[in-house]
Amino acid sequence: MKNRIPVVLLACGSFNPITNMHLRLFEVARDHLHQTGMYQVIEGIISPVNDNYGKKDLVPSHHRVAMARLALQTSDWIRVDSWESEQTQWMETVKVLRHHQSQLLRSATRVEGPDSGKTPSDTAAAPELKLLCGADVLKTFQTPNLWKDSHIQEIVEKFGLVCVSRVGHDPKGYILGSPILCKYQHNIHLAREPVLNEMSATYVRRALGQGQSVKYLLPDSVIAYIKDHGLYVTDSSQKGRSIQKNKGKTS
Amino acid sequence: MRQHFQSYPEPSLVAHTCNPSTREAEAGESPGVRDERGGIRVASVDQQLPVLSVLSMEKPERTEVVLLACGSFNPITNMHLRLFELARDYMNSTGKYKVVKGIISPVGDAYKKKGLIPAHHRVIMAELATKTSGWVEVDTWESLQKEWVETVKVLRHHQEKLEARSCNQQQNSPVLEKPGRKRKWAEQRQNSTQKKLLEPNTKGVPQVKLLCGADLLESFGVPNLWKSEDIAHIVADHGLICVTRAGSDAQKLIYESDVLWRHRRNIHLVHEWVPNDISSTRIRRALRRGQSIRYLVPDLVQEYIEEHSLYSAESEDRNLGATLAPLQRNAAEAPS
Repeated sequence: MKNRIPVVLLACGSFNPITNMHLRLFEVARDHLHQTGMYQVIEGIISPVNDNYGKKDLVPSHHRVAMARLALQTSDWIRVDSWESEQTQWMETVKVLRHHQSQLLRSATRVEGPDSGKTPSDTAAAPELKLLCGADVLKTFQTPNLWKDSHIQEIVEKFGLVCVSRVGHDPKGYILGSPILCKYQHNIHLAREPVLNEMSATYVRRALGQGQSVKYLLPDSVIAYIKDHGLYVTDSSQKGRSIQKNKGKTS
Repeated sequence: MRQHFQSYPEPSLVAHTCNPSTREAEAGESPGVRDERGGIRVASVDQQLPVLSVLSMEKPERTEVVLLACGSFNPITNMHLRLFELARDYMNSTGKYKVVKGIISPVGDAYKKKGLIPAHHRVIMAELATKTSGWVEVDTWESLQKEWVETVKVLRHHQEKLEARSCNQQQNSPVLEKPGRKRKWAEQRQNSTQKKLLEPNTKGVPQVKLLCGADLLESFGVPNLWKSEDIAHIVADHGLICVTRAGSDAQKLIYESDVLWRHRRNIHLVHEWVPNDISSTRIRRALRRGQSIRYLVPDLVQEYIEEHSLYSAESEDRNLGATLAPLQRNAAEAPS
């Protein structure tokens, strides 16, 4: 195999809850990067957002981390990282990227013996850390005050973006409409999801709140966890075992 | 829950929607339309709350329903499995039906569809996919027949089977057990496909209804694909549950067909709010291109496909040049 650049994909988000769609992002992104011939994706990281993000209906992070962990039990290359969720306050995505980048640098400088084969032996370079997201996130760069311009720049300049297309979004258009993105478009990889799969965590939460089935939208183990812990039920629902929290626990 | 689109005057043909954004955010309201007898709220689809059906003023007699899905399942995907879940939630939420079983009936090899791999693989994949389901199972009768079998005959076969069983068990409610182990395709016997009934509330024999997507409804219009009397029997004797994103297109199809219109009460349109377009065709294409299909099909199915290298450019060329069985049969029988 030629000298491919090792890549680690990092996905930040609520994962409230994690769904098959989130997991697909990783698979699609990995396929895309591999098919360019230039990259070798060696790891995927899911980093659930801190509770202090303040998003409506966000269940406590220990649940979101646990669910992601269950979902990833059967994946041999994607893992959950709880560092972001364990911080005392919410932090910008770029800071999460910086944290993980320094972690990767630290591991790269350690002596590496024969490992599980994840790191290609023909390069000593530290892996490139890229932010993985859906096209909807790319669109949010345009939302006033949501992102700092300097952060957007750092993300696309120093790290790189892998963006998976979603129906109703026009990632190329978003890039062309932004000077920063335009300048670093070589660092923005647009991956196409070959199979349309539009389901979202929002839809899943609503379905759960209405007592509808979400089977086959997320792993069975996650569904079982949600039921066991009474997550995402409406306040009036009579799930006796659930721990009803007042804050943001509606469907 | 408001009835959603009513372009056509007949009130009994409604597209029941489970639209989260239009439902009132009321506590405990069931999705779906109110009972036609006058607004009696019925139990939510949550199976953990049977007590609500006792508390309601009348105890509505629910018709038991078995959902039958016919198709290639080449391979089975999460989308196929979702159809069952969506259809069950909807039918249960009307208060008039109680879905007791789901049956996946993969088509036989004699169908001669391009790219169709041998039935035993498709059956095993479907069995792997439904391993964790407590109510959906696979039936191999259709796939074991030497000749291709019309859908209406499959419906009839399963309905007769239920009627026969009901005759044998008039005193007790049928207790249906799903075998826990993976069955070999060749070993399946007629009576071994049974599922556990959650609430024995049997009034008569369960009705077998055809579960499908909008594509099947549209395919009624393809020349020689269906016999018109078969379509009539399907909607008259059994019924159709069609899960679709484009409800108004489906309503239009029904409106424009005399036979469908006549039996519109037997045609239930379930609106699928989230495009979940995991078609088997795209799965096969992704596989040919070395792309991942993880999370689009159950893990066990993905592993099985990989283990057996089921789909390739070669497999896609199976039956190339052959005429699809129904087209062949109906053209042969049609008056010239």
